Amino acid sequence: MNLEQELTKRKKELMSTHKITTQKVNFKVFRFNADEDYLPYYEDYTMEVTSEEVVLDIMNRIKWDYDGSFSYRRSCRHGICGACAIKVNGRSTLACKESMTTMIEYFGNEMTIEPLSTKRAIKDMIIDKGDFWKKHEAVTPYVVDEIDETPESENLLSPAEANALNDADLCIQCGACHYACPVVEVNEDFMGPAAFAAAYRFEADVRDGDVSRLTDVNQMGSGVWDCVKCFECAEVCPKDVNPIEKITQLHNMLFQQGKAESNVATRHAVGFEKSIKKNGVLDEGGLVLYSEMAGIVKHVPVALKMFSKGKIVPPWGIVKSENLDEIQKLVKSSSTVKF
Amino acid sequence: MEKLRYALFTGCTAKQSTPEQYMSTMAVAEKLNIELVELTEASCCGASHLQDYDDFLSLVLNARNIAYAEKHGLTMVTICNTCQLNTAMTKHRLDNDADLKARVNEKLAEVGLEYKGTSLITHFLYAIIDDIGLDKIAEMVVTPLSQFNIAPFYGCHNIRPSELQNETHNKAENPYNPTSLDDLIIACGGKNVDYDEKNKCCGFHAELQAPKTAAILTGNAIAGAMDNNADWMVTPCPLCHLKLDTQTHHASEAIGRDVALPVLHMQQMLGLALGCDQNLLGMKHHLTKVDFV
Ligand code: SF4
Ligand code: SF4
Ligand code: SF4
Ligand code: FES
Repeated sequence: MNLEQELTKRKKELMSTHKITTQKVNFKVFRFNADEDYLPYYEDYTMEVTSEEVVLDIMNRIKWDYDGSFSYRRSCRHGICGACAIKVNGRSTLACKESMTTMIEYFGNEMTIEPLSTKRAIKDMIIDKGDFWKKHEAVTPYVVDEIDETPESENLLSPAEANALNDADLCIQCGACHYACPVVEVNEDFMGPAAFAAAYRFEADVRDGDVSRLTDVNQMGSGVWDCVKCFECAEVCPKDVNPIEKITQLHNMLFQQGKAESNVATRHAVGFEKSIKKNGVLDEGGLVLYSEMAGIVKHVPVALKMFSKGKIVPPWGIVKSENLDEIQKLVKSSSTVKF
Repeated sequence: MEKLRYALFTGCTAKQSTPEQYMSTMAVAEKLNIELVELTEASCCGASHLQDYDDFLSLVLNARNIAYAEKHGLTMVTICNTCQLNTAMTKHRLDNDADLKARVNEKLAEVGLEYKGTSLITHFLYAIIDDIGLDKIAEMVVTPLSQFNIAPFYGCHNIRPSELQNETHNKAENPYNPTSLDDLIIACGGKNVDYDEKNKCCGFHAELQAPKTAAILTGNAIAGAMDNNADWMVTPCPLCHLKLDTQTHHASEAIGRDVALPVLHMQQMLGLALGCDQNLLGMKHHLTKVDFV
């Protein structure tokens, strides 16, 4: 078979296994122009959508076929510039990468298209991402190092050293995770998953000599301890950066480097080890007491109510794990940090 | 039908602050002809906090718990979303990293145990859906909950990260539009309530460190259910339950609006529908009064 025949054959094969389908989808699209509109509104568009299209194709068609003023950001069209992130039915997504087939599987034929954060909208899908960049900037997102201006050789990283970044370097700063994070939504000081992933990326870099970054993410109220561990960021990231995993690794670094000060958050983590060592199972009341110390008073009213409903087991009533000696032995032999 | 057997990892909460969850699990298991072999040797899973302090220790302890389920040759069933996440995550990491598995097993050998990777780990909710089936459950219902609008609250750690979670049960759950709990409500004869917060976070894991954040998230969840005419809420997670049931005062304060709804564990809801003796379902242990039974 010559090349041309071969190609025709493959094309035929592909055509027979890969069916392109179309279906009708109703889009409700967020519209707002901060210069003209007092309030945002939603415009309806009904379109035949093919299984080959991505969300960005739909936005292009709205602009080209319906309303030239419709505004959104996009540049690379290859999932690498991070400009095109928006929300479909509340789910953050990269418009140029997200296939409409997946979206239809997820949400059926009614879709709402909105900017990543409606309260930050400037024009349609375009938002003021200032808070994102400010928080990103705050973690010193670059390698801090004394550079020899006339190096004699390359500054090579071993594969193991490169792997230590654990894909945190794949982040394209699209903001999808940041605006999917429920804590960012309710606490404007919280630095957010992307900033933490960046902090981890440079902390894990052996070339880096920065001394302030870990302290910056260690602050109560804005730092890693305020994460609620909802995994929204891991779920949403189009680059599989898994920010919550990096947050856990930052927690680990803080303990390993002795930077975790004694406060309610750190004691809460350490308290589990203490409790497990003693009982195997958790002593829930004991954990709250150890974590809060004097702060325990604010829990008293609820605790009393819980006690009256049989929801609090006193320390002497806790049924310890069987074979507790095994657990104690393992805690001793497998511990890797001290507090 | 042949009796189903599982190794039950109760977790700590069901034995302490949500005794009603343990009671109702047992009552429902009996109705469904399930034998639960309790893993009394198990330790706490670390509740997603121990690993912040000492990741390796957390892996070793969870692997030990799983090793006990393996010894029984049974699937490990959890009744807490966070237990589910921690144990399934441990399994996933060990099964995909021979080196790590060897390091963990080196420690377990000190106490004569080995993690093999032979037991599945699944939440009770998915175990009954997969192994009994919703149709069969619906057939067994004697008291349909037809007069109730019930708001499902899924809890993060049963649905995210979906890649991991969907390894643990047959039918893939969509984290943006989950259906298992809705399906169970329908099987019990109830009407499922759709609301934005059903797959959102209750804030439990930051309750001590970030009380305001946690309280707002709890408040939003209850408010969402109330605004969509829910009579009560139902959850598969005792930690979500604690937050939604016992923290209504803080939640109301945080969002500037009085919120409270009865919240049932999925086992209690199922127990009501299957006609379990109500004394065995433990409603008297709730802070927010369950006034409809
Ligand atoms: S896991 Fe933490 S950082 Fe990630 S979205 Fe949830 S709260 Fe935000
Ligand atoms: S971590 Fe992922 S979702 Fe977040 S900004 Fe980076 S690429 Fe986007
Ligand atoms: S999540 Fe809570 S209840 Fe479940 S095992 Fe861990 S500490 Fe115990
Ligand atoms: S256009 Fe660049 S990431 Fe989508």
